[in-house]
Amino acid sequence: MTDHVLSAAKPEKARGLPQINPVYFLLAALIVAIILNNPAFVEPTGYMNFLKRAAPLAILAAGQVYVIVSGGFDLSVGSLITLVVVGSSMLSNNDPNATGWVIAAMLGIGLAVGVVNGLVVCFLKVPSLIATLGMMITLNGFAFMWSGGAPRGYLPDSFRYFGRFNIMDIPVIRMLPVAVIVMAVLGFALYWLMHRTNLGRMIHAIGDNPRAAQLAGVPVNRVRITAFVVSSLSAVVAGILLGGFAGVSTDVGTGYELQAITAAVLGGAQLLGGRGSVPATIAGALTLTAIFTLLNFLGLPQPVRQVVQGLILIAAVALAMYRRKRTGQ
Amino acid sequence: MSEIAAERPKSPAFRFRFDRWAPALLLLAAVGIYLAACIVTGQTQYLNWDNLLAVLGRSIALGVTAIGQTFVILVASIDLSVASLISATTVLASVIMNGDPAMILPAIAASLALGAFVGAINGLIITRLDVNPLIATLGVSLVIQGCLSAFVSNFAGAVPVEFQFFAYGNVAGIPFAILFFFGLAMVASVVLRLTRFGSNVYAVGGNADAARFAGIPTGRIVVIAHIICSLCATVAGLYLASRLRSGAPWIGANGVYDLESIAVVVIGGTILAGGRGGIWGTVVGVMIFSLIDSIFNVLGVDAFVKQVLRGIIIVAAVAFYAVRSKRIVA
Amino acid sequence: MTDAPVIEMKGIGKRFPGVVALEDVSFACRRGEVHALVGENGAGKSTLIKILSGVYRPDDGEVWIDGRPVAFRHPVEAIAAGISVIYQEFSLLPERTVTQNIFLGREITRNWMLDSAAMCAQTRRVLDMFGAGRRIDPDALVADLDVASQQMVEIAKAISLDAKVLVMDEPTAALNEAECRELFETVDALRAHGTAVIYITHRMREVTRLADRVTVLKDGEIAARFETLPEPSAIVHAMVGRDISDFYAPFATADELGKPVLSVLGGSNDALHDIAFELRAGEILGFAGIQGAGRVALAMAIFGARPFESGTMTLAGDSVRFTHPRQAIRAGIGLLPGDRKGEGLVLMQSVRDNGMLTPRAFGNLFSSHRKTAFTDLAGMDRLLDQMEVKAASYDQDIRFLSGGNQQKAIVARWLALKPKVLIFIEPTRGIDVNAKSGIYRLMRDLAKEGAGIIMISSDLPEIIGAADRILAMRGGRIVAEHPSGASETAIMLDATGEQEAAV
Repeated sequence: MTDHVLSAAKPEKARGLPQINPVYFLLAALIVAIILNNPAFVEPTGYMNFLKRAAPLAILAAGQVYVIVSGGFDLSVGSLITLVVVGSSMLSNNDPNATGWVIAAMLGIGLAVGVVNGLVVCFLKVPSLIATLGMMITLNGFAFMWSGGAPRGYLPDSFRYFGRFNIMDIPVIRMLPVAVIVMAVLGFALYWLMHRTNLGRMIHAIGDNPRAAQLAGVPVNRVRITAFVVSSLSAVVAGILLGGFAGVSTDVGTGYELQAITAAVLGGAQLLGGRGSVPATIAGALTLTAIFTLLNFLGLPQPVRQVVQGLILIAAVALAMYRRKRTGQ
Repeated sequence: MSEIAAERPKSPAFRFRFDRWAPALLLLAAVGIYLAACIVTGQTQYLNWDNLLAVLGRSIALGVTAIGQTFVILVASIDLSVASLISATTVLASVIMNGDPAMILPAIAASLALGAFVGAINGLIITRLDVNPLIATLGVSLVIQGCLSAFVSNFAGAVPVEFQFFAYGNVAGIPFAILFFFGLAMVASVVLRLTRFGSNVYAVGGNADAARFAGIPTGRIVVIAHIICSLCATVAGLYLASRLRSGAPWIGANGVYDLESIAVVVIGGTILAGGRGGIWGTVVGVMIFSLIDSIFNVLGVDAFVKQVLRGIIIVAAVAFYAVRSKRIVA
Repeated sequence: MTDAPVIEMKGIGKRFPGVVALEDVSFACRRGEVHALVGENGAGKSTLIKILSGVYRPDDGEVWIDGRPVAFRHPVEAIAAGISVIYQEFSLLPERTVTQNIFLGREITRNWMLDSAAMCAQTRRVLDMFGAGRRIDPDALVADLDVASQQMVEIAKAISLDAKVLVMDEPTAALNEAECRELFETVDALRAHGTAVIYITHRMREVTRLADRVTVLKDGEIAARFETLPEPSAIVHAMVGRDISDFYAPFATADELGKPVLSVLGGSNDALHDIAFELRAGEILGFAGIQGAGRVALAMAIFGARPFESGTMTLAGDSVRFTHPRQAIRAGIGLLPGDRKGEGLVLMQSVRDNGMLTPRAFGNLFSSHRKTAFTDLAGMDRLLDQMEVKAASYDQDIRFLSGGNQQKAIVARWLALKPKVLIFIEPTRGIDVNAKSGIYRLMRDLAKEGAGIIMISSDLPEIIGAADRILAMRGGRIVAEHPSGASETAIMLDATGEQEAAV
């Protein structure tokens, strides 16, 4: 009898037509607003440059959502981006031939950072919030140590290729930034890994109920460490792209961890785990970038961005909580 | 029935509660290392009363912030907006004072009003909109920092000599700031241990549902805890303004007061989940942090290396409490 | 004893989005009576109580106290009106003392400061009012008390509020037999004291032991009301709407029992001493005992979650030693945890995902989630069909299912791996009467297919009815063995110790 009461409660509406994540509507509305403000946006140079600018954040957020779905936070990604940019400039020493091994070294650093984050959380039982904040301070310290506090402002062009270069003379779209290709490829890979593999389902499970997952035989620690590694590696890639179009400084990555979390939350990821989507998170990153673009068009000063981002972060979570309460979850 | 009773856990009075003694043990260890560092490097001139006061004096801002942070962590919340609030206060206070002693009181009043306002906003977002405290206070922090940098990008205002007494004055040979800190800790401790509000703070943090069913206005308690926390951050900001003799929009972020105040509270034995801990633990935590700083100074550790070590020490301190837990954390 | 009801609920209706939780429910309780409110899970008992205690507000109807209508807006108003509720989940603060808990939210103050001495004295006075209270120290931390004492603190809290009406929501859910008896005595004392007690349960034994009147709720409506204590079968009939014949599945016959599949010899760790037993294929082996007797510790030891430190374990003829659940699962052991929500389910995921959890956990992390070495999505759907899991769709989030169906989905998780041994901990906790029977039959079917089943339960009648053999545990040891259908008294005797027999 109870089966009826309980199951009749909700599913009809919920399953009748597949619900579309509101972030896509928001993104569409913002793009319309941008086009109204700046008709040139419909030109390939307009939207391709937009996508190019959004690419680092999109990749970073797609990695961050792995950690969020697993139930944690990764606040170390911003300083990891800084370390990657500073470290690359120190290592490559303006030698164009160094790019290959420098990138490999950076991915190695990312792997190590992710593994350490994961190990600290899994085995020292430090909540990821504190663990990754500690990692953030430490990595910032390393970036300062490495550069002696005054980083040199050079990266070889071969390194900056990924972030800056556009492939021209392509039919229809005319130009295609390398960064956008990187975003598309990585975005798809991260989507596939999250939504089409055992790993993805395991990440959802440990974020939802770690104890149940453990008793069901899920290798909880291995899965959690993998999630942190994915996030760190995505930060390395974001750092390589950012190194391409921003200069070398010790604050390139500052604030990116919050932007990534904001993007994931905008995409409907549930804080403290169990639910989240890679495509929606990428849409969240594009939405955030679109908002910043719009603020630029409106001629608002840089600090206003911060204020707006803070408000969006709070509003997105508040809205999600309101919806959840209303649908009786 | 007595047979069953005999099988039950032994009386709690005899159970050694490791967590209760851990802060004291850590403090002892820190003191030991400090002494050893001084003796090994031959800097025994640092081992005197004045230097002890100097060590403590360096952590007043952190200590005052941490006392406030203790309240929010006890109600199972957290406040990551203290650092930007501290920056905003130094600027607001010194701009209002602008070197004029007559403006000291208005400046203090305005600062406290700002603190109460920010705390109320934090608390209301968390309780009314159900936003995760972490995200809510991070968002508010971004808003404060954004507003602040929209107006100021350099030192702003000036603090009259009279107000510099807060940071530099002495009473009976003891720095006023240290007396103030311990006075504040005393008041906070009495509030938590001996008043109904304090009792409610532990109840809300320990089991919010139980507290609500017992008729405790849980939302209001959380909001008040946040107001107390923000007020403490404001006082820390006033102290820093007094010490810097001016306002600086980066002072809070530079001091990492958000993270460090949380770390100090945790090292003091207050658990992040809320409902357990207290002010004196936090005071001990502050002392441990000052000692660590002093140890670095005695050993002449490079500033950047110091930052790296700080990150590691914060994680290690939390791990010290957490590592024996059987729970799975995320 | 007057006949006018202390509390009266008239024509209560309550709707939640998409569900009618209560429809025209009237209910009254007089001074000095125990009125049992029974019904299956989801029948609306908890909703009714939450309206009574001011947690929810009714959409229709009124609550009357002492002949006057009241409208509570907050639980504290109900408390002030003399209504105390002891909820199923304890509402105690583990890190505070007994006194602090009892005076939660209404501390005695003097000059704005807490008056600890006065509160402590009053606590002692209240605890002394009933027998069990005497062993509780007012200054002890609640975390250091055992479950029964915590329950007593809850009751003391209600008594100290001078409650006219005391609501107990399944108070025995976490208590063992002896502790239940203590609780019943306390309820008797309260009744004699003139308190109106509303006692919520779905255990017939407690109804017959305690109730003066009985009201049965079913699907949010009153299904029956008995002014005097009826036959239990009448209550059950009203609850489920039909008689339950063959509630338990038949026991295994001699030829259904196969070779020993699991045996433990001299198994010990810090909670277990010298454990020795043998489980045969096709057998349901029940473990009886009071809380803390080591039954769950034994399950966790076999499963590798809290391993044995010494002794030997043999699984299907091979000597094995598990230090992690994954090893045990790989070798063919499955475990259904007692706390379904806390340890069993991933609530935000679909029914199918919950079923696939274990197969996927042993697949390659980077390969497709649709197919594993054990089963694919279609195979999982067949398993769920076979177990008659009722869901609008297997894509539905599992949290919308009833307890029984959730339990079946967890069983499906293990079946895909074709386990040799399945351990059920409290398999029917929080599951309604109809579904219970389904779970017993499921266990029997699994046994018939050749698995060895270990069943751990605090519900003695269910162990007696479902298990082929019963081992009684006490203080981390196996103390006795009983055949199927042994008497409740005989098992209790072993589970609680020899001296208990004298009582």
